[in-house]
Amino acid sequence: MASFLILVMITLGVPMIGKAYAEYADVVINNFSSAEGMRPVVFPHWFHRVRFRCKVCHADLGFKFEAGGNQMRMVNIIEGEYCGACHNGEIAWAPENCDLCHSAKPNLATQVHGSTSQTLVTPVTGQPMEKQERAPKAKVLE
Amino acid sequence: MKTVMVMLSAALVAVFAPAAQAQQGDQVAAAAKNTPVTQGQPPAKEQTPVKPVNPFNRLMQDKSTFNPPPPEDGIHDPGNEGTFLLQPPREAFGAFVKSNFGNRVDWVKTLDEGKINPRWDRLDPKAEPDVLDLNIVRVVRGSMPDVLYPHAPHTKWLTCENCHDAIFVPEAGKNQISMAAILMGEKCGVCHGKVAFPVTECRKCHSLKKEAVSKN
Repeated sequence: MASFLILVMITLGVPMIGKAYAEYADVVINNFSSAEGMRPVVFPHWFHRVRFRCKVCHADLGFKFEAGGNQMRMVNIIEGEYCGACHNGEIAWAPENCDLCHSAKPNLATQVHGSTSQTLVTPVTGQPMEKQERAPKAKVLE
Repeated sequence: MKTVMVMLSAALVAVFAPAAQAQQGDQVAAAAKNTPVTQGQPPAKEQTPVKPVNPFNRLMQDKSTFNPPPPEDGIHDPGNEGTFLLQPPREAFGAFVKSNFGNRVDWVKTLDEGKINPRWDRLDPKAEPDVLDLNIVRVVRGSMPDVLYPHAPHTKWLTCENCHDAIFVPEAGKNQISMAAILMGEKCGVCHGKVAFPVTECRKCHSLKKEAVSKN
């Protein structure tokens, strides 16, 4: 009897396990990583905004306000562009610390965690976001 | 007796299905109380750890699941060594002003109260932003209160070029904004609903009371 109940509970509990509780605004960047055999990058907005204002990256360094919209390669970063402006071993850790940035679950799609488009807009394929290749960007007519 | 219990538990499960995890302990305890433990039964399997449920509303996220450390947050890979070297958010958020949405930090108040002093310039720790104290009122056509857009908290984080002219034309009446556009990530939705506070907080923007309409 008790074991039956436990079985039922475990079966019901399974869908809840594995749900992501990551920080609002954590960005997963997977433009090239998976194709190159690396884990995707997690960019935690909260960590960076404690230390720098939005303007530093989004105006001075040229990061667009769009997840996956910045087509940076490791070459760019090593040359001091994008993340490499700080991640150079002087302001923040140097690019040879691969697994500190490339720390997302393998094959996770590019996304802004907890964003409206992730939580409210129904994915076109009906697949959960993490299983999708990349959700097509919706266009709004003016 | 056994059939009755099975039916009862099935009914309970049907009613409380999404909340079942929280009650798992209680129900198992109740079941144990009602059914005498048979000798020689194999020990119950170890229960799978489940996330607790919000007691106010089971569909809402429980407080204890806010700001989890990277290995438990569901997007970082716990199989990656570097994941364990990253700073857990709660360690940083301790003294910050709390809020009920987003990542549960009121970033504007946290900055205003001096709990953080993020750099305005990548290299110069003394550089200060040019704060523009200009409020814009947008009259809303629907029944929602009008929108008051304050430049001040925005210019403490951003510079003019971030929004003008690519997102907003700096001229009254030139910007057509709709909630549909914002929800799809355009206009205010470029930041709000992604990184700045989410669009579920209607009254943070729609903050001006409408004047009563008289029939005369």
